[in-house]
Amino acid sequence: MNEVSTEAGLILAGILFMLGLISVLIRRNIIFMLISVEIMLNAAGLAFIVAGARWAQPDGQAMFIFIVTMAAAEVSVGLALILQIYHQIKTLDGDAATKMKG
Amino acid sequence: MEATFYIAAGVAIISTIMVITSYNMIHALIYLIVSFLSIAIVFFVLGAPFIAALEVIIYAGAIVVLVIFVIMMLNLRDETVRQEREWLTKKIVIIPSVLSAILLAELIYIVVNMEPMAHPTGTTVDSKQVGLSLYGPYVIGVELSGILLMSGIVGAYHLGRQKKKVVHRFLEKIES
Repeated sequence: MNEVSTEAGLILAGILFMLGLISVLIRRNIIFMLISVEIMLNAAGLAFIVAGARWAQPDGQAMFIFIVTMAAAEVSVGLALILQIYHQIKTLDGDAATKMKG
Repeated sequence: MEATFYIAAGVAIISTIMVITSYNMIHALIYLIVSFLSIAIVFFVLGAPFIAALEVIIYAGAIVVLVIFVIMMLNLRDETVRQEREWLTKKIVIIPSVLSAILLAELIYIVVNMEPMAHPTGTTVDSKQVGLSLYGPYVIGVELSGILLMSGIVGAYHLGRQKKKVVHRFLEKIES
């Protein structure tokens, strides 16, 4: 059924990871930075799936499930932090959050 | 099936570029849903239908909707778009893009010049095998994921709680 070469899948994962990396570097809005981290995690999971499909083993998919779990926990805590930061300093500028005072 | 992979990959790349270049957060998130759906098609073509379903349900369904709800809670208006337009100038974009593109070129060079990989065997790894693998050799990872999700819930509740303001006649204090 699948004739897709492993190289093409890995290159797609690399391109998506690069796009997420560019976005996390150029943005100052913290919500956009969180979204970019999601893109990068998804690209890493894609690389795992490609490698798992190459050897037809379920280990890659198990790793992807762990990545999804970590992404869900990370985005929930990150969004709670964004809510707190926005209530404290009234802006979404990542550079403005420099004081770690509760 | 190969054409399906390349079309879905093109859609994923274009929609991700739209995510990282759009000024409006909601538009970026809608493009992100398109990107996740096309990556789900890639997973399906690669012989992982269970993971494709999981991608649609968790990433496109849960995580993006969570971010959209937070944006709605923050009540961001048009000035955010204007501010984003100020922050995202061409001068800022160029250097990170060039550096990342150099790294990507090196990665592609390494992947292409590896000793040629054999074609995938073309079998679909279904959810039964994944489940047996998760509860066989990876059972400690499942338990650690449970602990991680629990601590994520507790942390999100603790951080997201609004401090109740107690107004007293003489002194005003923030009750934690």
